[in-house]
Amino acid sequence: MQRYDSIVIGGGLVGSAIAYGLARAGLKVALLDEGDVAFRAARGNFGLVWVQSKGDGAPHYHRWTRRSADEWPALAAELEGKTGIAAGHQRPGGVHLCLGEDELAARRAMMERLRVQAGNFGFDYRMLDRHELADLLPGLGPAVIGGSWTPYDGHANPLALLHALHKGFAEHGGRYVPNIKVKEAGAAPGDFCIRLADGEIGAPKVVLAAGLGNAELAPRFGLSAPVKPLKGQILVTERARQVLPLPIATIRQTVEGSIMLGDSQEDAGFDTSQRPAVMRTIARRAVLAFPWLRDLQIVRAWAALRVMPPDGLPIYDQSEQFPGAFTANCHSGVTLAAAHANLFAPMVAAGELDPALERFSARRFDVPAAA
Amino acid sequence: MTEVELAIIGAGPAGMAAAVLADELGLDTVLIDEQGAPGGQIYRAIERVAPDTPLGADYLAGRPLAAALRASRVDYRPNTVLWHADPEGVLFLATAGRTATLTARRILLATGALERPVPIPGWTLPGVMTAGAAQSVLKSSGLVPEGRVVLAGQGPLLYLVVAQLARAGAPPAALFETAPLENYLAAARPVAGLWAGRRRLLEGLGLIAAVKRAGVPIRRGMRGLRAVGRRRLERVAWEGGELAADYLLLHEGVIPNVQIGLALQLRHEWDEAQLCWRPAVDAWGQTSLPNIAVAGDGGGISGAGAAVLTGRLAALDAALWLGRIAAAERDRRAAPIRAALDRERAFRPALDRLCRPARPVMVPAEDDVIACRCEEVPVGTVRRAARLGAQGPNQIKAFTRCGMGPCQGRICGPVVAAIIADTLGKPIAEIGTWRPRAPFAPITLGALADLEAADFAPQVDS
Amino acid sequence: MFRPRPEGPGAAVAVSIEGRTVTVPVGTSAAAAVLAAGFDSIRETPVEGCERGPYCMMGVCFDCLAEIDGAANQRSCMIEVQPGMRISRQIRARTIDPEAG
Repeated sequence: MQRYDSIVIGGGLVGSAIAYGLARAGLKVALLDEGDVAFRAARGNFGLVWVQSKGDGAPHYHRWTRRSADEWPALAAELEGKTGIAAGHQRPGGVHLCLGEDELAARRAMMERLRVQAGNFGFDYRMLDRHELADLLPGLGPAVIGGSWTPYDGHANPLALLHALHKGFAEHGGRYVPNIKVKEAGAAPGDFCIRLADGEIGAPKVVLAAGLGNAELAPRFGLSAPVKPLKGQILVTERARQVLPLPIATIRQTVEGSIMLGDSQEDAGFDTSQRPAVMRTIARRAVLAFPWLRDLQIVRAWAALRVMPPDGLPIYDQSEQFPGAFTANCHSGVTLAAAHANLFAPMVAAGELDPALERFSARRFDVPAAA
Repeated sequence: MTEVELAIIGAGPAGMAAAVLADELGLDTVLIDEQGAPGGQIYRAIERVAPDTPLGADYLAGRPLAAALRASRVDYRPNTVLWHADPEGVLFLATAGRTATLTARRILLATGALERPVPIPGWTLPGVMTAGAAQSVLKSSGLVPEGRVVLAGQGPLLYLVVAQLARAGAPPAALFETAPLENYLAAARPVAGLWAGRRRLLEGLGLIAAVKRAGVPIRRGMRGLRAVGRRRLERVAWEGGELAADYLLLHEGVIPNVQIGLALQLRHEWDEAQLCWRPAVDAWGQTSLPNIAVAGDGGGISGAGAAVLTGRLAALDAALWLGRIAAAERDRRAAPIRAALDRERAFRPALDRLCRPARPVMVPAEDDVIACRCEEVPVGTVRRAARLGAQGPNQIKAFTRCGMGPCQGRICGPVVAAIIADTLGKPIAEIGTWRPRAPFAPITLGALADLEAADFAPQVDS
Repeated sequence: MFRPRPEGPGAAVAVSIEGRTVTVPVGTSAAAAVLAAGFDSIRETPVEGCERGPYCMMGVCFDCLAEIDGAANQRSCMIEVQPGMRISRQIRARTIDPEAG
């Protein structure tokens, strides 16, 4: 039996960020991951490090997202220093475009709610009219009537981030174990063991970060992670000279020049096939925002499954039945990567989640007992 | 939206032969092809061939196929790209920047083959091309490379191109053969089919003689091949020498073009004899999806003659599947085709052994050789990612960008898979492939946005 | 440089390559026309700026990307020359005209 300080199950953006944070803190960590073919939301990401739409009615989520976005530049610099891999993070602020008056009114109302709910934490935003947006965004289409902007938004290269986290994890002595889909494990308070191909590993701590796999896995560790797949499709264009100065919620230009377009939300179970009808909708919305996009060729597209909790908010939990077992689930693995590495991982290392994360527990889904 | 009974993808020998027979059998057939004229690669520009063509008699065999296609009722759509296919049979096409759809009850993939990538140092230099590339140019326009042309690699196409260029008045400066010695020993072992395939054997010997007659020097056992130059090819170097050159034409055999089959998630198998992936098919070309079949080199490399025959077998099977003929008739008509197919394939095992690529063709030794041409990713980057834990092509793609370029892994797929296998100490068969995604070839956002609602609805029977 | 073979097809098409008028046989692809005009490379790669020429001439390698009649990143080996066609080398990432569309 090989003993570790912590096992992390799941090598996607959530798992690798947590594993990196733990290894950086000096823990001996084993990171278990599936093989080459797996659902892997981490490989389907759009790449926004996005704040402005998060947490309406859930100020704790908004604050958590803000803290992650604030920690992002430092994490990116640290990873680049250690691994040589640049996550390509930029934080010029971000825009959400509105194509109709109702949409704009609803957006304005939401932004104002976020500001009020933020209390003295503060929330800086601006509603921009068409002219202000047109000054900011070249070739803005006539269909756009306004939008919201905040300084907190940015974008990054999600795959470079994943690569950097894995490499940083290895640099800190982490052990990466691929080709394993954990189905069962020995679980007792502060004592977890999992059988691998070449023997058993054990640790007093385990973190479940297996994405969609957490739903089935969590109960074995006295946890609950009722996440479901929500399909999204993305289109990527040929590389072009830089023309977009900042990311838009559904349109961003990468450092290399490709323009990425999203998003869609399809309740399709575990099906990852592409649907041209949905691709067309993405293309139409993009072309409405920027008519000049029409001439650009799509060179790549995909469909991927988001890891979606019932209310869209992350699930962070620690097991009462088996203390030492933790879980992290969210659909914003890129945005929350810094929080996972710099805030969540230290909590795991300390053996206990901060009370601030209590509202993210899966207990919030329990049907309240009749009064 | 148009509905047809049989949609054939690819107008090479397999596609043309299948389309013509399907039409004869009364099937409502559409033939989709990216090129502007029928013929695929091997019979490229066959309709415009001049009587004094330097391309040889085998090439002319494509003419009656193209003529029969034109004379048939097949809905032949050239310059048409298939950019997405639903496994249920909805095909998304693009012609001249405009999209269209059609539904087919049955699909026949006849997408042929492409040349195996030859990742030698300097292979991305201007002036380095495939032997097939020079042949394609000769076929479609009669243009020949000027200056010192070196051909390197192995396989019948290499000798054929040398002979064709020589006949076209542009004899190459040299032919460098890379077949390792063990290939000759393996091929010389008694193997069934050497006698049955004697016609091909004699043709091969005839080609070698033609090359010698043209005065093209042949060097055998060439190792350590490198393309050298600053902004374009200047010299071809090898272990023990170098030669100034203006063009280097590489060829290490052909491999099936499995891009669409992989996108449809058809079951594929690793063919260890031909060192390539090919779809798992039965004797009629039937794949793991009931409405999809494969014919021609896309199902495994057997050459143009075999492609015509497997195309016909697939057409017969389609007619049975679509209820046009009974099984007895299918089998009766197939019998002579199968006999001819056996003769066509007889020499293949010996040829596969004779032309087996040497190890460096599969796994470049040097870390700085480009593995992914589109994204400019060197072999060393792929190795390091595999050592970091990337277990297969999909994780490698995530970590290195290999396969993210416009070719979608068509060229780099074999190289990347071989490097991963070599680094992890696993057989290539275990490494797996990428899953290509739509669009299979680039389409504009405008063309996609212009798709109409009617393009998605099945046609209502009146 | 690619040149017509001595007994090659006669009929010719005039195209403009990098601003220069060049005559090539009917059936020539735009990629082959660039080679016939004496250019070694047809593009510079978007990220590193490396010069590339056509490699496969059959539409699978995408190394022949060129600007044709104002459209960027076209697979020039798959496009047959037409009279008056304007062909330019694709220099790195394409440009965008925000006023288009």
